[in-house]
Amino acid sequence: MAESVCRTLRDGGLEGEHAPALTIKDSIASPFGFDVFCHVLTQLSSFILAGKSQSRGLVLVAFCRSPSFYADLLKSKGIDVNSSNKWVRILDCYTDPLGWKFRLMGVGNLRDLSCEASSTGILCKDVKDTNKLYSSIIELGKGLVAEAKSRFSVAIDSVDQMLRHASMSSVAGLFSNLRSHDLHEVRVTASLEYMSSMVASVEPLQQLTNGQRDDSDKASLTEQNLKKGKFHVRFKRRNGRVRVMLEEFHIEQSGISFKSASSEEVTNQGLLPKVQFSLQLSEKEQIDRSNVVLPFEHQGNGKPIQIYDGRNSLMEGKHETTSVSAGNSETNEGSGGGEIIYYRDSDDEMPDSDEDPDDDLDI
Amino acid sequence: MDQRSSNLLDEALGLDCQTDRWALAGRVVAIEDSVETSGSFILHQLVKRALAPNSSTVVLFIAFAQPFSHYDRILRKLGCNLAAQRVNNRFFFFDKLTLQCPDVDERNSPVSGLVALYGEIQETIYGLPEVSRKNVTIIIDDLSIVEVAANGSSDYVLDFLHYCHTLTSEFDCTLITLNHEDIYSSTEKPAFLLQTEYLADILIKAEPLATGLATDVHGQLTVLNKGFNHGQMNSRNKIRNFHFRVKENMVEYFYPGSRN
Repeated sequence: MAESVCRTLRDGGLEGEHAPALTIKDSIASPFGFDVFCHVLTQLSSFILAGKSQSRGLVLVAFCRSPSFYADLLKSKGIDVNSSNKWVRILDCYTDPLGWKFRLMGVGNLRDLSCEASSTGILCKDVKDTNKLYSSIIELGKGLVAEAKSRFSVAIDSVDQMLRHASMSSVAGLFSNLRSHDLHEVRVTASLEYMSSMVASVEPLQQLTNGQRDDSDKASLTEQNLKKGKFHVRFKRRNGRVRVMLEEFHIEQSGISFKSASSEEVTNQGLLPKVQFSLQLSEKEQIDRSNVVLPFEHQGNGKPIQIYDGRNSLMEGKHETTSVSAGNSETNEGSGGGEIIYYRDSDDEMPDSDEDPDDDLDI
Repeated sequence: MDQRSSNLLDEALGLDCQTDRWALAGRVVAIEDSVETSGSFILHQLVKRALAPNSSTVVLFIAFAQPFSHYDRILRKLGCNLAAQRVNNRFFFFDKLTLQCPDVDERNSPVSGLVALYGEIQETIYGLPEVSRKNVTIIIDDLSIVEVAANGSSDYVLDFLHYCHTLTSEFDCTLITLNHEDIYSSTEKPAFLLQTEYLADILIKAEPLATGLATDVHGQLTVLNKGFNHGQMNSRNKIRNFHFRVKENMVEYFYPGSRN
């Protein structure tokens, strides 16, 4: 299913419609949004390089990692970096986003020892100016695609960083976001989700509840949440329908891998506490239970169970009683004639339901 | 320092392997503590580890909380002479107890505040011999006071941290920060704390025991090693939890219940 996300990005959009946009969100309980981003980035890059993608190039807006990190990443995934200047450009918002290094150099406080070769990108020294950011992205993209009608993809590695420097309204209008949803207000994340045609959430497998668990439980759950989690994607189709898919992801040494969610994990989210013994009834147990006749529900003489429906007169009841007691007096000579006559007043009530029997009293 | 003493904390951080390279190179370590359980002993231990005779790491200590004499006294008890290391250019102390940052308008000015501090740090690294430049550890004690010095602007502090982060990718520096979790516990969304947690590759939390105070055990440490796409880290995405007891000359680490 992560593959279908990558395929949708690869296939791009039709003439006259918006290109697909993917938002990846995570949280501190399952902070693997960046791993997912890297996975999608490398997939898309290999599609572009192989000529299978609608996009002819990729502009990567790097806030969280240096351009050399991405070069190493692509190389480690077997993607040819030598030809990279033909299909990828990096807008470097990581090295000097606020121009501090530039200003320090100007004052003479800093020698310029690091000069990264910028054949593949531009260094951005003012990320607060979103207009400038936008025009830099477009400039880089146009530099990649020869023809005017060709498309290019844009990948932004952290919208959080953008939102720290610029207002929400100015950040809107860019594609392919990556963000952490617990850092921002709901309306911020909601507006970005609204703009995206695909929203991918990275969630922990099991949520931690506060207070109830002891430390060892919490540690083992947290550790489990660090190794794998749920990858939940919501697709907005062209015809307006929304499709929701769920997968499991595992974090490995080489990166991230996806597999279909085991149904057991998905459906077993009931309200029952997780204990060693089974609290639910099996089919057989339910049938057996319905066959049990409660001690006061039968007269012990093979007569069918009578359910009191409120319409029988007392006479009938008495008549029953006398005949029963007459019948029984032969067998229970020493019983003294005492009987308990019980008529269940409703058949559809479970024998030991949780209802308070005093509910109908008007106290 | 003797070779044999690798404790649970060293193991959790990957410092127990005898390699030439400092295991924390290029990584960000965030330490969170609280009033009941102070985490500064972790900083002292890491300084001691970094300045070990068989290591060539250079430590840049950015102090907002205490003066040099405080750390000197403590590290001396742990068997490390900070004054001598300072002379040998292995320990650089940045005394920022009285740092005052300018107003918002002049925040990006290169001559004052956190920008100037960053400039000092980078200048110090550039001034090191080539061989030492790849073996630098930057320690910040502590982030909540940096926020105070920045007149409450957590954005400004995060910008500063970002620039320190660029040093980890440019020079493979290690960045170690200390922050107090309980300061932010009353806020609804502790965004500053969360941001530092997201930034960190290794998160060390010093917390009191769930059962309360004890004389034998001073608290528990939870080390969360997020690792990254480095590939060679065996301890990726592992959580370790163990107890500790701070003594005069050392710290004991042990698994819960294993203390005799």
